[in-house]
Amino acid sequence: MYEKLSHFAQTGGLIYFFAIFAVVLAYALWPRNQKRFDEAAQLPLQDREPGDE
Amino acid sequence: MSTTTLRKGGMDTSTVIVATMLGIFAILAVFIAGNATDRLMGIHATVFFAAVAAWLLGIGLWAGKLGDRDPFDQTKYEDTLVKFGIFTSMFWGIAGFLVGIVIALQLTWPNIFYFEQWGFTNFGRLRPLHTSAVIFAFGGNVLLATSFHVVQRTTRARLFGGMLPWFVFWGYQLFIVIAATGYLMGITQSKEYAEPEWYADLWLTVVWVAYLLVFLGTLWKRKEPHIYVANWFYLSFIVTIAMLHIVNNLSLPVSLGSSKSYQLFAGVQDALTQWWYGHNAVGFFLTTGFLAIMYYFIPKRVERPVYSYRLSIVHFWSLIFIYIWAGPHHLHYTALPQWAQTLGMTFSIMLWMPSWGGMINGVMTLSGAWDKLRTDPVVRMMIVSLAFYGMSTFEGPLMSVRAVNSLSHYTEWGIGHVHSGALGWVGFISFGALYCLTQWLWKRKSLYSVALVEWHFWLATIGIVFYMVSMWFAGITEGLMWRAYNEFGFLEYSFVETVEAKHISYIIRMAGGLLYFSGAAIMVYNLVRTAIGHERINQPASAPSVSSPPAAASLQPAE
Repeated sequence: MYEKLSHFAQTGGLIYFFAIFAVVLAYALWPRNQKRFDEAAQLPLQDREPGDE
Repeated sequence: MSTTTLRKGGMDTSTVIVATMLGIFAILAVFIAGNATDRLMGIHATVFFAAVAAWLLGIGLWAGKLGDRDPFDQTKYEDTLVKFGIFTSMFWGIAGFLVGIVIALQLTWPNIFYFEQWGFTNFGRLRPLHTSAVIFAFGGNVLLATSFHVVQRTTRARLFGGMLPWFVFWGYQLFIVIAATGYLMGITQSKEYAEPEWYADLWLTVVWVAYLLVFLGTLWKRKEPHIYVANWFYLSFIVTIAMLHIVNNLSLPVSLGSSKSYQLFAGVQDALTQWWYGHNAVGFFLTTGFLAIMYYFIPKRVERPVYSYRLSIVHFWSLIFIYIWAGPHHLHYTALPQWAQTLGMTFSIMLWMPSWGGMINGVMTLSGAWDKLRTDPVVRMMIVSLAFYGMSTFEGPLMSVRAVNSLSHYTEWGIGHVHSGALGWVGFISFGALYCLTQWLWKRKSLYSVALVEWHFWLATIGIVFYMVSMWFAGITEGLMWRAYNEFGFLEYSFVETVEAKHISYIIRMAGGLLYFSGAAIMVYNLVRTAIGHERINQPASAPSVSSPPAAASLQPAE
């Protein structure tokens, strides 16, 4: 049981981490998301009150 | 939103809920005080009861004076709480640095600074007081204050929960008082960075869940479609600390009236849980929380958007997914299976990439505005904090390598490493945020004195260099002495010889701490004068003004 678990952690873990990293990269670099990210990057620079639209 | 607050004689729902909770805890405290089986538990239950009673009285007096005023006006930000947080940060910072100097003195001149008749001044009790005061009290209050500020400004919504954020704030201070007085009286469960006993842990859990609720609730009612990256970092900090705190503190008290508890895990399982907790306290308390500060305060202060928002997303996800596995590098050459040690080491080395990605993202935010490094010492402080971040996140992976660890572990090198991260990265980014917040929230044109910020910067920087260099020297010296054999195969040095060898380094380290402390004291003076509204007349012309509406809601030329 221990051998199986540690083996799975060492192989499955590798695949799992590559997969989630690929998903994150795709999400971050997806061209369609560029506009949203540009808008989000401006958020700290705006000085607006809670009620402002 | 204000229509949802039910008013009952000046008390809105959130205040009623908080007051009821406090009432229940007061009754519990009386019960425990009455059934305490040891004297220390009796003292703590009484202290706790007194604090909660005073708290309830305070709420009553406050509610009585409210009149028709809506204390939780949804068209305004909750700034008063953040202002309180600035002052508690300064208070705990000064207290924590001071205790650090005391224990540095004790190590340097043990014959003078050892007081046999006063047990509470023993190094073993003051050391956790120092670490908890600087990490959880100073760092924690900076994180509370900045997270409450940032989440409001980037969501355009007032903090969720009315009285609940105030409960989080004062509840956290009460936790600190209970933890700190406990250390001095000798209450500890002897887990590093998790010393408080079961009842303090339970109270912190209540406070922390309330913190999570406030943060999530504010995100929930946000007026902005985007959740800014700093909020992701804060959220990962709050969620992960909750998980780490609960799992690492799973224990069974001897009885409800006893201050002593026993861990659920034993042996190597306990060790692994402890260092999974310990290293992620570094990862998710001292790193992601303060990276959130970086992602808001540096762009805001230099009035430019972060260098690459895409990089910030890759930075966030890779950092949190890798950090959580790095803990086993604290357990090289122990009963932990070797493959698990190697796993911890490998993940630590991989951490180098997201760490430096984040550092580059922060530093490059200045591109096109490098002159601010010269003109605004607050910006310089925050950028130098990133330099220290880069340095300690390079040193850390290096020390996690098993071969290097065989030399560095248990030596002063470890102490030096922690302090380059703590004093350089966490300290400087916090000071930067405190300077910004004080100037912004009290709406001052400039700080009381920009020259004093320069003084703070240089004193603290030289202090850190003293600290780091002396501890490298001491650590490598003692590491080599421990492993030196003579020609007959015996150890070359006795233990006390390795201690004596560190004396000069200890003196230099103490001087470094003193410099760092004086810098912080100057900051406190400067911030108090700024809050009062004083301003020195001969400020340099280039003194940074209060953030004018940024010229650039559009893209910067550098993009």
